[in-house]
Amino acid sequence: MNAIKINNLSKSYKGKFAVKNINMEIKAGELFALLGMNGAGKTTTIKMLSCLTPPTSGDAYLLGDSILNNPQKVKEKINVSPQETAVARNLSVKENLELIARIYGSDKKTAKIKAEEMIMIFNLTEVAKAKTKTLSGGFQRRLSIAMSLISNPKILFLDEPTLGLDVIARRELWSVIKKLKTEMTIVLTTHYLEEVEALADRVGIMAKGELKATGTVSELNLLAQVDKFEDAFIKLATDMEVNI
Amino acid sequence: MRFMTFAKRNTKEIIRDPLNLMFGLAFPIVILLIFTAIQSNVSESIFMIETLSPGVAVFGLSFISLFSGLLVAKDRDNSFLMRLFASPLTASDYICGYTLPLIPMAIIQSIVCFIASIFLGLSVNVNLLIGLLVLIPTGLIFIGLGLLCGSLFNEKQVGGVCGALLTNICAWFSGAWFDISLIGGVYEKVAYLMPFSHAVDITRAAIIGDYNAIFPQIWWVIVYAVVINVVAIYVFNKKISGKNI
Repeated sequence: MNAIKINNLSKSYKGKFAVKNINMEIKAGELFALLGMNGAGKTTTIKMLSCLTPPTSGDAYLLGDSILNNPQKVKEKINVSPQETAVARNLSVKENLELIARIYGSDKKTAKIKAEEMIMIFNLTEVAKAKTKTLSGGFQRRLSIAMSLISNPKILFLDEPTLGLDVIARRELWSVIKKLKTEMTIVLTTHYLEEVEALADRVGIMAKGELKATGTVSELNLLAQVDKFEDAFIKLATDMEVNI
Repeated sequence: MRFMTFAKRNTKEIIRDPLNLMFGLAFPIVILLIFTAIQSNVSESIFMIETLSPGVAVFGLSFISLFSGLLVAKDRDNSFLMRLFASPLTASDYICGYTLPLIPMAIIQSIVCFIASIFLGLSVNVNLLIGLLVLIPTGLIFIGLGLLCGSLFNEKQVGGVCGALLTNICAWFSGAWFDISLIGGVYEKVAYLMPFSHAVDITRAAIIGDYNAIFPQIWWVIVYAVVINVVAIYVFNKKISGKNI
């Protein structure tokens, strides 16, 4: 079953395409990585899929609902962790988590329980009562992702989740994301190749707003006729337009 | 009732910022104390508490724009609004969530100003309640201006526009500290094209019990409040529609 079906999705600003004619399907329970350099169109694609920016043309269906015709239904099923840390700065870690749980419909008691769960999963116990503006970047990023999970979304968009994190914090986050795989459909954007290799079931390579290739890491290596994924990425992002 | 959850969060964000408390509550009281001290040292009736207190109450409300503008701008700057825009919150949830907490804050701020004025000699009577009532549309003007500025500008710009420009315009063109008619001419005409002078005049009229003098000036304030809030809601909704996130 497809969780996401994208039909000819495009976004242009003043005639210049940020995303051009994307067609793609993402299966339920899959972790799909959108890989590309800065300005490739990854974030714009995520913004369109999460109803933050209307497409210039085309449409996408998330678990059957159109982002154009049924954005409110789509929003109830998804959650987003934006590229920049997105937290309420004068609220504590626990309050931030409870806030998002309640916005997505949990009652007060359930929101508290869910917040406690997230605090445990993301190792935030020591800072649970601290105002988020006092936290380190790593803790803020962890909280930001925990906030996107507390609503139990069916589809989760993680926009460059490990950007700016040190190696240890990145590995910790990878382990959390690995645990989440299969529980929900995850679309992750990144420009870290090792992140893709460690986490993704399938990969979409974007360049200059276009989807250049999709497939598993080994399929893309095979397609590009190289052994290393880095070489495959460079070759596919610059030369070819193919799908597996 | 999702907006209530959002409104509670906004209340916490505002009241937990010590700068907001300083500007919203302490600063107007300091102004009252300074001008009352000046009055006690001069023989002329320049800063009588009956005229000073309504002026300070209106001026104090101008900081509400700074609070609401900074809150919206900060949320936009750190992508918090992007997270919320992807949530099931609707346009009306945002508008109510951002504006409703500021109405009781505006009323509390005016009450604090009047209580401080009572200690400085203002008579306690029912007119103070009427004064609080006529200050509500003024509060709505500043709440709308804050939402508008927060939607259009970044945190730094909001600080400049609401924190410096708006408070200065309100201070100089409201007649809060001096009688605008003493300057007269174009200055007076410009001042009375803006809502602040009308807001101070109607609050003064209410405080002294001259209810007839509240009209028709209050219509200036109400029309400004409606127009500014309609524009603010329109601009904010434009942002939500995703054209300028």
